[in-house]
Amino acid sequence: MAGGQEHAHQSSEQGEQDQTDAVVASDVAERKEKLDADVDAILDEIDEVLEENAAEFVSSFVQKGGE
Amino acid sequence: MGIETEYGISVPGHPNVNAMTASSQIVNAYANDMAGTRPSRARWDYDEETPLRDARGFDMTRADADLGQLTDADLGLANAVLTNGARLYVDHAHPEYSSPEVLSPMDAVLYDRAGELVMARAAELASAVPGAQPIRLYKNNTDNKGASYGTHENYLMSRSTLFTDIVVGLIPFFVTRQVITGAGRVGIGQDGRQDGFQLSQRADYFEVEVGLETTLKRPIINTRDEPHADPLHHRRLHVIVGDANMSETATYLKMGMTALVLALIESGISLSDLTLQAPVAEIHRVSHDPTLQHKVELADGRTMTALEVQRNYADRASAFVADRLGTDADAQTVDVLTRWHQMLDSLERDPLECADELDWVAKLQLLDGYRRRDGLDWSHARLHLVDLQYADVQPEKGLARRLERLGKLKRLTDDHHARAAITDPPANTRAWFRGECLRRYPESIAAASWDSVVFDVAGRTSLQRVPTLDPTRGTQAHVSALLDSCPTADDLLDALAGPQLASN
Repeated sequence: MAGGQEHAHQSSEQGEQDQTDAVVASDVAERKEKLDADVDAILDEIDEVLEENAAEFVSSFVQKGGE
Repeated sequence: MGIETEYGISVPGHPNVNAMTASSQIVNAYANDMAGTRPSRARWDYDEETPLRDARGFDMTRADADLGQLTDADLGLANAVLTNGARLYVDHAHPEYSSPEVLSPMDAVLYDRAGELVMARAAELASAVPGAQPIRLYKNNTDNKGASYGTHENYLMSRSTLFTDIVVGLIPFFVTRQVITGAGRVGIGQDGRQDGFQLSQRADYFEVEVGLETTLKRPIINTRDEPHADPLHHRRLHVIVGDANMSETATYLKMGMTALVLALIESGISLSDLTLQAPVAEIHRVSHDPTLQHKVELADGRTMTALEVQRNYADRASAFVADRLGTDADAQTVDVLTRWHQMLDSLERDPLECADELDWVAKLQLLDGYRRRDGLDWSHARLHLVDLQYADVQPEKGLARRLERLGKLKRLTDDHHARAAITDPPANTRAWFRGECLRRYPESIAAASWDSVVFDVAGRTSLQRVPTLDPTRGTQAHVSALLDSCPTADDLLDALAGPQLASN
C-alpha cells in the first residue's frame, strides 16, 4: 500500500552486502510493479461500471439514520 | 444465529426522496411478485416483542425511549415473511432483511447472500413499475454525512451466562475484530468531514460501552433483551457493532469468531485480563489506523496491537476447542479457527495478502490504485464513489460482486445454493416450520414472527396462534412428516391440537 522504490541502484564500487541489498530491492520493486499492473487491470474493469459524475452521485446519497 | 441488514436506499439524482415510501415500494414489489397466484396476507406478529427490556434487569419506559427504540409498534409499514423463513420489512427509513435462524456460520453466509439477492430482485421489480424512478440499494452502513444504519448479528446464548461476563469478554474482542471484519470507509468522523480511510464503516458512531439504544449513543454492547424464545433458558445476544460485509470470508469469520468467543465466555473462561482502559476511544483509534500499528491500552497497563488482542482470543479459542472437543470438533469449527490464525498471520506480514478475503483490504487496494494511477487525494469524489459502489447490490454495478466475478474476491457459496436459499428455509431450525407453513398454506397464515405462526382458517371463529418458542425445534426432521400429512392448515391445526379436539 505504501510507495516503494521505483528503481534499484547498483554500483560496482559497493560491497557484497550492498549488492545483495540491491538485488533484494530490485526484486521488491519488480514485484511492486507487477502488483501495480495487476491492480491497474482491475481498475480498468472497475472504470467500466463506475457511475459517471462521481461528485453529484456521492453528494446525492443521503440517508436517514437507522439502527 | 442470524444476521439482520438495513440497506442504504437512494434514487439517483433525488436526495430528498421519502426513504420510508421508497423502502415500502421495495418490500411491496418483492412481496407482490412472490405471491404469484397464491397471495399471503401474513402480517408480522408483534405480540412478544420487548425492545425496551434491558439485559441488566430493568425495562426502559416508553416515555423515556427514543422513537427508534419502539420497534414493537405495528406502524403499518410494509412487512413480508418469506418462505425461506426470513423477514423482509421497512425499519423506519431503510428496507431490512432479517435472515432466518441458522446453526452455522456458513449457513449465516448463505442466507445473508440470499438476502442480498432478494434485495437486488426487489429493487429491479420496484424500478420496473411504470412511471417509477430507479431505486438503488447498498449493503453498507453510512452515507458519510452523519447517518448510520446497522448490520446486526444475533447469537443464541444460555440465560445462565452472566451478562457482566458477556460484557467483559466481548468488549476487547469487538474493539479489535474490525482488523478482519471491517468493511472499510472513506471519510473519518461521523459526518466524514476529515479526509482519509478507516477500517470500519460503523466505528465512529459508537459512543458508549454498554446500553439499550441503537439509533443514538450507540453502545459497543447492546443490552436489548428480546429473546424471541423462552426467557428462562435462552438469551438472544443482539450485536450492533459490526459492518455490513460483502466478502463472504469476512462474514463467515465474523460469525464464526464471535460464536467461538461466546463459547469461551459461556464455559466460564475468564477474559478479564484483556479489559481495555478506554474501549470507546480505542474502537475509533483502531479503525483510524489501517497500518495496524496502533497499540491499545489495557486496564492493567500493558499495551498491544489490535492483532495481538485478536491473537489472544484466537489462541484461547483454539485451546478451548482442543481441550473440550479434541478430535470431535466439527469441520467448520476447525476451519474457522484455522482461517482466523492464518488471517492474523497474513495481516501481520502484509495486509495486502488479504485483498481477496477482507473487504477493507480489497477496497483499500482499489482506492490506493486510483490514488496512484490518477493522482487523487482522499478528498476526491471518485474515492467516495468507489467506497459507496463497492456495496451496490445491483449485480452488474456492485464493485465487490464484480471483483468476485473477476476472481479477485473469494466466494464461499455458489449461485445454485444461494438461489435455493431465497425460497428454501434452513432445515435445522424453527425457520423451517415457519417457511414451510408459508409455502404450503399461504392463504391461511394471518401473521408470523420469530416465535409464532398465526393461522386464520375458514370455519374457525378465532385466529390460532402456534407458538414456536424453541429456536431448535420445528426443524425438517421434527415436522416434515407432519406437514406432509396435512394438505390444509385446518388439518395441521387439528393434528397439533390432538385427536380429542379434532373438528367435526
